[in-house]
Amino acid sequence: MKALRKFLDKKKPLFEKGGKFAKLQSTFDAFETFLFVPDHTSKTGTHIKDAIDLKRTMSVVVLALIPSLLFGMYNIGYQHFLSIGETTGLMEMFVYGLIKVLPIVVVSYVVGLGIEFAFAQMRGHAVNEGFLVSGMLIPLVMPVEAPLWMVAVSTAFAVVIGKEVFGGTGMNIWNPALIARAFFFFAYPSKMSGDAVWISEKADSFSGATPLADAAALVDATPAQAESLMSGALSQTWDMFIGLIPGSIGETSTLAILIGAVILIATGIGSWRIMLSVFVGGYAMGAIFNLIGANPYMELIPAWQHLIMGGFAFGAVFMATDPVSATQTTRGKYIYGFLIGFLAVLIRVMNAGFPEAMMLAILFMNTFAPLIDHYVVQGNVKRRLKRVKVKA
Amino acid sequence: MSDKEPLFSAKNRKLLTNPLGSDNPITVQVLGICSALAVTAKLEPAFVLSISVMAVLALANVIISLLRNTIPSRIRIIVQLVVIAALVILVDQVLKAFAYEVSKQLSVFVGLIITNCIIMGRLEAFALGNRPWPAFLDGVGNAAGYGLILIVVAFFRELFGSGTLAGFKVIPQAVYDMGYENNGLMILPPMALVVVGIIIWVQRSKDKSLIESN
Repeated sequence: MKALRKFLDKKKPLFEKGGKFAKLQSTFDAFETFLFVPDHTSKTGTHIKDAIDLKRTMSVVVLALIPSLLFGMYNIGYQHFLSIGETTGLMEMFVYGLIKVLPIVVVSYVVGLGIEFAFAQMRGHAVNEGFLVSGMLIPLVMPVEAPLWMVAVSTAFAVVIGKEVFGGTGMNIWNPALIARAFFFFAYPSKMSGDAVWISEKADSFSGATPLADAAALVDATPAQAESLMSGALSQTWDMFIGLIPGSIGETSTLAILIGAVILIATGIGSWRIMLSVFVGGYAMGAIFNLIGANPYMELIPAWQHLIMGGFAFGAVFMATDPVSATQTTRGKYIYGFLIGFLAVLIRVMNAGFPEAMMLAILFMNTFAPLIDHYVVQGNVKRRLKRVKVKA
Repeated sequence: MSDKEPLFSAKNRKLLTNPLGSDNPITVQVLGICSALAVTAKLEPAFVLSISVMAVLALANVIISLLRNTIPSRIRIIVQLVVIAALVILVDQVLKAFAYEVSKQLSVFVGLIITNCIIMGRLEAFALGNRPWPAFLDGVGNAAGYGLILIVVAFFRELFGSGTLAGFKVIPQAVYDMGYENNGLMILPPMALVVVGIIIWVQRSKDKSLIESN
């Protein structure tokens, strides 16, 4: 550590004004503050000092994502060997998944950080830390069979159009990782939906349908078909909770996501208000559908099952709570979260074109987050004005 | 203005060239966005629509400019609409007669030239106050600026969305065999908005005087 510090101190003048590499100053600064706590403090007057800065915040989120990532790797191996009908050890499954997932993670980080660094140099800004998390979220919401160049294009689109055009980290309207996924979904639908992409190198005879696809098939199913669908993957609720189902790399295991949620809530980084209200909203809509029961999907899928299928939990814990694109006011967070869950289940059941609607629901509510905040603040102002009038 | 002024004086040439760049109807005046989103999935309809708009706009500008001293200002919008509508119907009939396939692809958008904001905007802003020749040049220039953006947008959308240009396959099969796929989002209108946005971005970062301060 000391040698590293010495090395950095020695090289620092090169990157300062007038130095040989002055143009790359922000790159140097990014690495230095990544490795060491930055020493920028105000010289005079009082100031509030918090031990946790943006970089540490992001690191905690990445840490919270690790359980999902590790489980995702294991699950990819598990699904692969299940589909070809072989039984192997736990370690072998994990290594298989590791080999599959690592390239996607690397591509996401290299492309995303490359663009971030390029923009920071051009604009003379410090490099933003925001991509540390987005770069990890993007692979976790991709199908395992996603071609790497498509991941690269989606990441580039998300960073440039989803983030840099608005001014970089902290200025984006939508969650960049979800922009990447939405771009992928609409640009290359054959690689993001259907049965083939969720299990890597699966045997042709093996059905790779996700529980969500099964559930979506329920809509027009005859009673006999519905019964066979319900006794298939949809009846394995414990597998769904643990995450031993086909799906995007990091989204399948509700358990691993909940571990991440505990980390986020305990460190105060993720808003428990948003997480809770997303689940409440999803459950409420599911319960309403259960009451209506107009088709087998509404009738047979219990409300709570929506919460562990597909990307619902992942979106609730990691995507909806993105502090930049979510609402800021306390009451706004409840409204925002509730509507995300509500809309996600609504779109899932009512629109056969989008069996997984969590992404769309979150992006949609991201759009409305500033409006919700505006009315919450205005409502507060009005209430306090009334109080003044009563006194006078 | 004297009658001796040459036909292509510096001022008149500006009328033609300004709308191509610093006074572009789409990227600077932000008019006619709807049709730019709707017809730019392929080059051919974009090109045909540009030509149609040019015919309508140039002629409408001349006609309104000729009538400008006789139109009562209270009913000028109605008069303008009558002129535009008549011209649009002419264009529509010509397309149906000579380019039926494209006319079918463009469907309502030829008819909707009537409501294209560029046309009303130029009639109001220019033709009502200028002589026919400059009005003609202004019409041609603005339609060309509009068409330029349409064609640039359509170029990228067709190339990446369908792998073709004006109907010809330009991305070789070998690339597809390597795993390349057409970008389905490019064919959807939202991507046209993004492409127009990128053009505006590039243009304004080159020409700083276009950046609005607020």
